[in-house]
Amino acid sequence: MKFGVVVFPGSNCDRDMQDALQHDLNKEVIMLWHKNKSLEGLSTNDCIVLPGGFSYGDYLRCGAIARFSPMMQSVIEFANKGGKVLGVCNGFQILCESGLLPGVLLQNAHQQFVCKNIFIKNEVTGALKIPVAHGDGRYFANDNLLNELQKNNQIIFNYCDENGNINTASNPNGAARNIAGIRNKTGNVFGMMPHPERATSKTLNNIDGIKVFEYLGLN
Amino acid sequence: MEITVKTAQELRLTADEFELIKQKLGRTPNFTELCTFSAMWSEHCSYKNSIKWLKTLPRSGGRMLVAAGEENAGLMDMGNGWGVVFKIESHNHPSTIEPFQGAATGVGGIQRDIFTMGARPIASLNSLRFGNLKDKKTQRLLSGVVKGIGHYGNCFGVPTVGGEVYFEECYHTNPLVNAMSVGIMKADKMVSATAKGKGNPVIYVGSATGKDGIGGASFASANITEESTEELPAVQVGDPFQEKKLLEACLEVIETGAVVGMQDMGAAGIICSTAEMSAKGEVGMRIDLDKVPTRQKNMKAWELLLSESQERMLMVVEKGREQEVIDVFEKWDLSCSTIGEVTDDGLLKFYMNENLEATIPAYELVLGGGAPQYTREYAEPKYFEKINEFKIDDVKDIHSNNELKLVAEKLIQLPNIASKRWVYTQYDSMVGAANTSTNAPSDAAVVLAKGTGKALAITTDCNSKYVFANPYVGGMIAVAEAARNIVCSGGEPIGVTNCLNFGNPYNPEVYYQFVKAVTGMGDACKKFNTPVTGGNVSFYNQNPEGPVYPTPTIGMVGVLDNIENKMTLDFKKEGDIILLLGKQQNDIASSEYLHKILNIEYSPAPHFDINEEFQLQQFVSNIIKEKLIESAHDISEGGLLITLLEKGFNKNLGFNVISNEVRNLSDIRNDAFWFGEAQSRIVITVKEGRMKEIEDKCKASNISITKLGTVTSNAIIIDENNWGSIIDWKEKYDTAIEKILN
Repeated sequence: MKFGVVVFPGSNCDRDMQDALQHDLNKEVIMLWHKNKSLEGLSTNDCIVLPGGFSYGDYLRCGAIARFSPMMQSVIEFANKGGKVLGVCNGFQILCESGLLPGVLLQNAHQQFVCKNIFIKNEVTGALKIPVAHGDGRYFANDNLLNELQKNNQIIFNYCDENGNINTASNPNGAARNIAGIRNKTGNVFGMMPHPERATSKTLNNIDGIKVFEYLGLN
Repeated sequence: MEITVKTAQELRLTADEFELIKQKLGRTPNFTELCTFSAMWSEHCSYKNSIKWLKTLPRSGGRMLVAAGEENAGLMDMGNGWGVVFKIESHNHPSTIEPFQGAATGVGGIQRDIFTMGARPIASLNSLRFGNLKDKKTQRLLSGVVKGIGHYGNCFGVPTVGGEVYFEECYHTNPLVNAMSVGIMKADKMVSATAKGKGNPVIYVGSATGKDGIGGASFASANITEESTEELPAVQVGDPFQEKKLLEACLEVIETGAVVGMQDMGAAGIICSTAEMSAKGEVGMRIDLDKVPTRQKNMKAWELLLSESQERMLMVVEKGREQEVIDVFEKWDLSCSTIGEVTDDGLLKFYMNENLEATIPAYELVLGGGAPQYTREYAEPKYFEKINEFKIDDVKDIHSNNELKLVAEKLIQLPNIASKRWVYTQYDSMVGAANTSTNAPSDAAVVLAKGTGKALAITTDCNSKYVFANPYVGGMIAVAEAARNIVCSGGEPIGVTNCLNFGNPYNPEVYYQFVKAVTGMGDACKKFNTPVTGGNVSFYNQNPEGPVYPTPTIGMVGVLDNIENKMTLDFKKEGDIILLLGKQQNDIASSEYLHKILNIEYSPAPHFDINEEFQLQQFVSNIIKEKLIESAHDISEGGLLITLLEKGFNKNLGFNVISNEVRNLSDIRNDAFWFGEAQSRIVITVKEGRMKEIEDKCKASNISITKLGTVTSNAIIIDENNWGSIIDWKEKYDTAIEKILN
């Protein structure tokens, strides 16, 4: 599986994602400039990553402008054809804005930017230590949608404590039902607030991020 | 408009300076010209009251690749052809007026100093000072400054990896906001802030110019009083997204090879960048101010020249290669205009719609050129009498274990000592995926310099209370502590950038603090072979109640040739032996304990001997390289007990120490042993089997060693009294500041 990493002018985790995929996961990576539309070199067996950052400044709602970029039109097409798409942090926000994923990401409940190690889990991975860094990461949707996400197994990660307990204290932003990441119904588009690419290197003393890529089948 | 001495004084120039300007020009300047002198001869741009003493600092040698002050930031050799570029700068006055934008643009400004040289910033730090945290005004300032730093740095995408925050009453009206940035580049690719080549175009890049920040430089050179809150427009507004694009575009444009010279537009905007670049290249410029993109209509020439609108760069490009440059900026959707050209007569000529508005020799405006340099008087401060009266015997020692515990509980929750997590979790400390301190903390932040095979250890340090108590010794301690932090992290200290925050230099007592602190710093920098690469001076941190503590913040950079050499501060394993390296001293002077618990403000600086310090650092550096130890953490604010607790927090490990067996009872008081802040002491841990080897080495190197005790699974046991679990202490440490703020 090859990876395409989209570079918006305000992306600032694009290189980190490239490094993690190339050096720590031994993947081939193609950088995709936001003004282009071409996905040359990538097929629907590959994966496009929308990295973290501030796409176009995000002075409006986060990701609200990015969805209109030329590259995003190609990414939406790619996803609709079944190609895998992963959005991390700002990438998750863009996926929600562009309708590829349901729900929205609101300003953190405590109204502050938060950057720290937190824990996330699902039934397969158990608790993983992954960093978050965002000001608008509070996942929100109405109860019907949340129930549906749960019913369809679309919640890929919940915030938890280091022992895997899902509780209010371990929720860094006030996200509904401690949701840290979701996927679409067809299971090819993933979005998550935590940054797995910041946790794939032994030198940084944390390789839990590799398990995230593995779980998502992006390895 | 007739220009008189009164006009000059209104622009914050003195009568003598006005005369000097007339002499230099051979005529009376017009208003626009006078404005340019006002900005360029302000304290902020000209260093007129500090340069004499700054020149006494060691400013060359070691790994320095450019002389101090020659470029926008210092450049030092990292080895393997790589250079590290770094600088610290203040944004105190803007942050006082408008904490959010003041701090944000402080971060933006320092980043531009780094990437204008062609380096990619990889780490930011900051050093902050506020008044009493319980005060509502302080809380507002703190919250605004932290939000501002986060807002800019997080979006710009450089991790904030370290820093310091202190709270002292003297900063109530004048908080300090010092921002540092560190970047890396191929050492031979540096872009100089020099204009050269007659006929080469002068290109303006980035945001349009508005009326924001006009007079900022001279504004930073005035005392903050109640009226100055009316000067609100003098604070600039930052746009980190624009700066992020500017960073990428500038680094890309440098790759074309078409750039002759480049400088960011910071203080005093267009006039400063045109004057400094021209003076340095011994050329002149013809600038058409009407070609500068503006945000507002009908801006006057002087407004265009002085505006401090953010995210702007000035570059000189090889004639004929303009298009290559324009293409890169278009790619990044940045506006870019040719506003003039380089001339060979040394004159800056500014035109508006073909009307000549100002003619000034570039040389006369700048530091090292025509800008005045003053020798100020200084006199020993009166308050020294109170400091000299201090006797430790007048202070009652702590006698019971229970009393000791109560003091420790109070200390660990003091804002100066407690966890600053409320602050630093608002900064993205991990973007770049290179901050190795997140999961394995050290005394300095250790950041991978990706692509170089090396890592950098970076720290900012200044205990201003020590400098207040003894400016010379305090200045030395600031440098020594920075070096100690780097050594304890496994790095080799290579250089210093400094941010000198003082009161009004026209006050002889304040100037005494300045002179002595700079001398102390300089002497320490010589000893540690860490030359000063540059920095900035911020005077006038003063209000009607008096000046702030003299605060010469040191930013220091160290190199780790291999990340395997990194040392961490925390306890690793139950059963490891805890050792104190360095002499025990019967000293509580200037400690947090004395000042904040016993409320004694006036006492001397803590014990410090520079040779002893240097010897200890050499020793610790060696035993780290030899992989003999498990952890190293120096003793600083709060003393030994706080150091031990801090060593326990990361892995929830406790410690068992029997002080009665190890304390020299006849010489060393209880309070001095546990809470004294005597310098040159480092607490290490070793595996039990290594004890003998370390003891022998200490003996051979004449280093004092005290076996304090052992690491426990989580209990804290002091003199056979169980003080409970480290987890409960950590809870107190972590939440103390949050409890005050909520």
